[in-house]
Amino acid sequence: MLRIRNLHAGYENLLVIKGASLHVNPGEIVTIIGANGAGKTTLLQTLAGLVRPREGEISFDKTSITALPAERIVGMGCVLVPEGRQVFGTLTVEENLFLGSYSRRRSLPREEYRRELGDVYRLFPRLEERSGQLAGTLSGGEQQMLAIGRALMAGPRLIMLDEPSMGLAPIIVKTIFEVLARLRDMGKTILLVEQNAKAALRIADRGYVMETGQIILEESAAELLNNKDVQRAYLGKEYKSIADLGEQGERQ
Amino acid sequence: MTFEHVLQYLLAGITIGSIYAIVAIGFNIIYNTTGIINFAQGEFLMVGAMTAVTFSRLVPLPLAIAIGIAVTVAVGVLIDFVFIRNLKKPTVLNMIIVTIGLSIIIREVALHVWDEKVRSLPYFTGDEISSINILGAYISPQALWVLGICATMVVLLNVFFKYSVMGRSMRACSANPVAARLCGINTKNMVTMSFVLSAAIGALAGCVMSPITQTQYDCGTSLAIKGFTVAILGGLGNSTGAIIGGLIVGILEEFSISVMPLAYKDAIAIAILLLIMFFRPSGLFGKQEVSALKEF
Ligand SMILES: Nc1ncnc2c1ncn2[C@@H]1O[C@H](COP(=O)(O)OP(=O)(O)OP(=O)(O)O)[C@@H](O)[C@H]1O
Ligand SMILES: [Mg+2]
Repeated sequence: MLRIRNLHAGYENLLVIKGASLHVNPGEIVTIIGANGAGKTTLLQTLAGLVRPREGEISFDKTSITALPAERIVGMGCVLVPEGRQVFGTLTVEENLFLGSYSRRRSLPREEYRRELGDVYRLFPRLEERSGQLAGTLSGGEQQMLAIGRALMAGPRLIMLDEPSMGLAPIIVKTIFEVLARLRDMGKTILLVEQNAKAALRIADRGYVMETGQIILEESAAELLNNKDVQRAYLGKEYKSIADLGEQGERQ
Repeated sequence: MTFEHVLQYLLAGITIGSIYAIVAIGFNIIYNTTGIINFAQGEFLMVGAMTAVTFSRLVPLPLAIAIGIAVTVAVGVLIDFVFIRNLKKPTVLNMIIVTIGLSIIIREVALHVWDEKVRSLPYFTGDEISSINILGAYISPQALWVLGICATMVVLLNVFFKYSVMGRSMRACSANPVAARLCGINTKNMVTMSFVLSAAIGALAGCVMSPITQTQYDCGTSLAIKGFTVAILGGLGNSTGAIIGGLIVGILEEFSISVMPLAYKDAIAIAILLLIMFFRPSGLFGKQEVSALKEF
């Protein structure tokens, strides 16, 4: 569904992604793990069209999207939920969700829009309770739910998420990962970047390990969880604490 | 002061105040989309009115006004295409400085195109001596035109920003341009739209006020200051606030004539601006919660 070959990308005078290649098959959850500054965010921003690639090929559903600007890529069914809860703070929750469907404003019939809005509200009932509230006044967790909900309103086939669990309470993290699993069951394809490697690998089918702008390892999620190097580098201390936190969340 | 006097000042204040409100709304439209203050907003009124005056000798008045609006919109689009769209580092501060520079350039060009003479459009209906008696006070029919057109613009703009797809996406661009792009919104086009819209309403306001206040190449500056004061007073970005703010400034100005020398009239707005900056930077009607979410 998504195929990246030998991608090079970065900022003005800093090359961050140095020849990354990876692919995502339809219906998969694929995760990319890696240390701070490895270039995960830059990679997703390049895929979403926010950062221009310098070299290499990105194709989505066999169509090249390498040179497309961000506002065109959403329309093709490939949407990014960016790092750090980027909601429209001065707009209401419902207006945020409405604008999520902007790329389909001409093709989406009213009833269909209503139905999909209902679907998002069913995934995140909290958003429905707060539909008239300004998004900027939502809690961090609610804003992340809204960011995901807004991405879903674009009717994407591929959803890319950049650290959806960052800075959220364990119980909210759990909700969000459950939603991701449900989205896969609904037929969506997911590319997930996470610091929370343990949680990400638990729901993922496959994973890539990224280091200083390159993909250094590709394996099934189960293999990565058991990989000694990966355990030491990314699951080390986290391994236990996350599991504990998860249980705490369940008890609440 | 007799009741008639009070009413007279009040009507004059409401009329001029609604012009200030429209200038303020022009500021708000661009602010709401880009987060920048377009200090060339006053020049939009001047260009619209001056162009309409020139053409009013050749074509019927409504057509002349339409041409004035079209030319002003063209100027607005040109500003966006040449200066805003391609700014290397489009930070808010950079863009504001660009608009200040542009306001000076437009004024100088207008001086060359038109000279420094004061002009005005003919009255839309009646003439300078016709007036309507309201409870003993007299109001020019043109003042009714001002009020009617301003009120209509405000209502239409509110509906546009609240309910239309384009209005909502323009607000989204201001709230979070990157997220807007990720939703598929072409942010650059929305910025252009905001210049089109505020140039158009600015030009229309310039035309409708021209018979009363007259128009000169440099009349945009003081209008921009008044409009900016009103925008701040009402809470930047808040168009209901702009209307109330406009009426407050307009009415205070008119009443000041009865207690202070005329020369101090223009100082009223500056005084209000300073007071607001000190005591309530979010404006009278700017919601604290909203202003906390904005850049400034
Ligand atoms: N807008 C930018 N301009 C210049 N350099 C940037 C920019 N954004 C990121 N970088 C640099 O690119 C490198 C990779 O950053 P990136 O945000 O992609 O890493 P990351 O893997 O997402 O890290 P984290 O796990 O902390 O989110 C870093 O060295 C960073 O300093
Ligand atoms: Mg990152």
